[in-house]
Amino acid sequence: MSTASDVTRNPFTQTESPAVGVTIEGLSKSFGKFEVLKDVSFAVKPGEIFVLMGPSGSGKSVLLKHIVGLELPTAGKVTVDRRDAAAEETRESVRMALVFQAGALFNSMTVYDNLALYPREHRIGNEASIREKVMHALQILSLENAAQKYPSELSGGMKKRVAIARALVMEPQLMLYDEPTSELDPVMSATISEIIATLKDQYHVTTIVVSHDRDLALNIADRVGILMGGRLVFLGPPSELKEPKDPRVADFLHPRIDLQNPRFKQLET
Amino acid sequence: MRQLNNILEGFGSTVLLLFRSIGYLPTLPRQFGRFIEQCYLIGYTTLPIVAILSFFIGSVLALQAGYSMQNFGAKQFIGSLVGLSMARELGPVMVAILLTGRVGSAITAELASMKVYQEVDALQTMNIPPVRMLVMPRLVAAVVMVPVLAIIANLVGWFGGAIISKYTHFIAIDPPAYFSALRRFMEFKDILNGLIKAEVFGVGVILVCCNIGLNTRGGPREIGASVTRAVVTSLILILVLDYFVTKALM
Repeated sequence: MSTASDVTRNPFTQTESPAVGVTIEGLSKSFGKFEVLKDVSFAVKPGEIFVLMGPSGSGKSVLLKHIVGLELPTAGKVTVDRRDAAAEETRESVRMALVFQAGALFNSMTVYDNLALYPREHRIGNEASIREKVMHALQILSLENAAQKYPSELSGGMKKRVAIARALVMEPQLMLYDEPTSELDPVMSATISEIIATLKDQYHVTTIVVSHDRDLALNIADRVGILMGGRLVFLGPPSELKEPKDPRVADFLHPRIDLQNPRFKQLET
Repeated sequence: MRQLNNILEGFGSTVLLLFRSIGYLPTLPRQFGRFIEQCYLIGYTTLPIVAILSFFIGSVLALQAGYSMQNFGAKQFIGSLVGLSMARELGPVMVAILLTGRVGSAITAELASMKVYQEVDALQTMNIPPVRMLVMPRLVAAVVMVPVLAIIANLVGWFGGAIISKYTHFIAIDPPAYFSALRRFMEFKDILNGLIKAEVFGVGVILVCCNIGLNTRGGPREIGASVTRAVVTSLILILVLDYFVTKALM
């Protein structure tokens, strides 16, 4: 299990619990005849920010779903804190929170109720302590005024922040973000990146971010993985991405807009 | 062959959903708010349409029976015919059909949209079983409210038949005579059989609609497709179950 120095600080009580590591060994996933992930292996250390990048359709979100047990591997193994990620007991013993790409907020509930759902369902504290916890999470993300609003009344950036606040209420040991900066303007993208880094610094939570956002990866990641065609083609610190050796990685990170010889024309031929 | 596979798979997952819902019954007291909300949706909001349709079904039954029976002097049995038809067959079937259209379709649309927009996935990652929160309270609410709706359907249908019997010139039977005939040929068992049928239909409809909603995959277009599938499957299920439950209760 985790070492004693790797601890996650509870954002609400500042009590400490072990940060968890994630290991992916030879993971393959097929949907019918279509192989989405091909023999992917890497490990995320406790308390680390790991950013997983790659072109659309390269299998990043599918990999994330394996970590939270929403998908089962066709081959290979995914472990969280050395426990099988697909096992129900893992979700009971390790607090994992996934911030979905579109937020996945419960549309029939107010922002407050969205955040209060987890402690209420798991009977963590009385209504007064739940209120305190929820308002603190909203405060961390500057959302106090949105408490009584419904998700349909929020902007894209606010929805993402509410989703992060909802995850925070779970006092997670492992935070997963699926495209947290997609569909946001550059300033809001930078804000979300800052929030992710701040949460990791303050609470030492293990963080895995799936993103296309180069700035996010270069600025906040401890390590970066790049998936292409279902295979991991790069694994290393973000400094190595400034001058990547692999031409596919270089083209993905620094694509050149060539009006004389556009890519889509090459795809046609 | 593939279609048969789909039918068997659907049947299996619906039965499994029933057992999983039963397994979460002990959590009902702390989901009392959700249960009451579902009782309101299944019972109270369906009541007006059940009352209107039952009234006219009872009326039409009396009218048709009066028209046919006047030629051989059997008009005095109209009360028993309307009474038995409503209690044993039309009341439960009509309530189940209305439940499908009014409540079942809404349940499928809600759950399918929650599935498509990853709200169900969010529940799973929060370690909150979707069946516990989304299916069990609805199922228990149906078990409680459907027999109540069936009783109201019977009463209003009988009343509708009595009104038409009195004010239609070629029938002209007073309510005391109508209700006397109704009482003479009807036993408590007839009413009970109807309520058992309504209960079976209600549970079947809610399970089918929840199951199809929770198994929706794809984008927003699939929500509409799921609602259509849930309504059609429920209607077929009601009629198939009607035959078997009627036979079993005879």
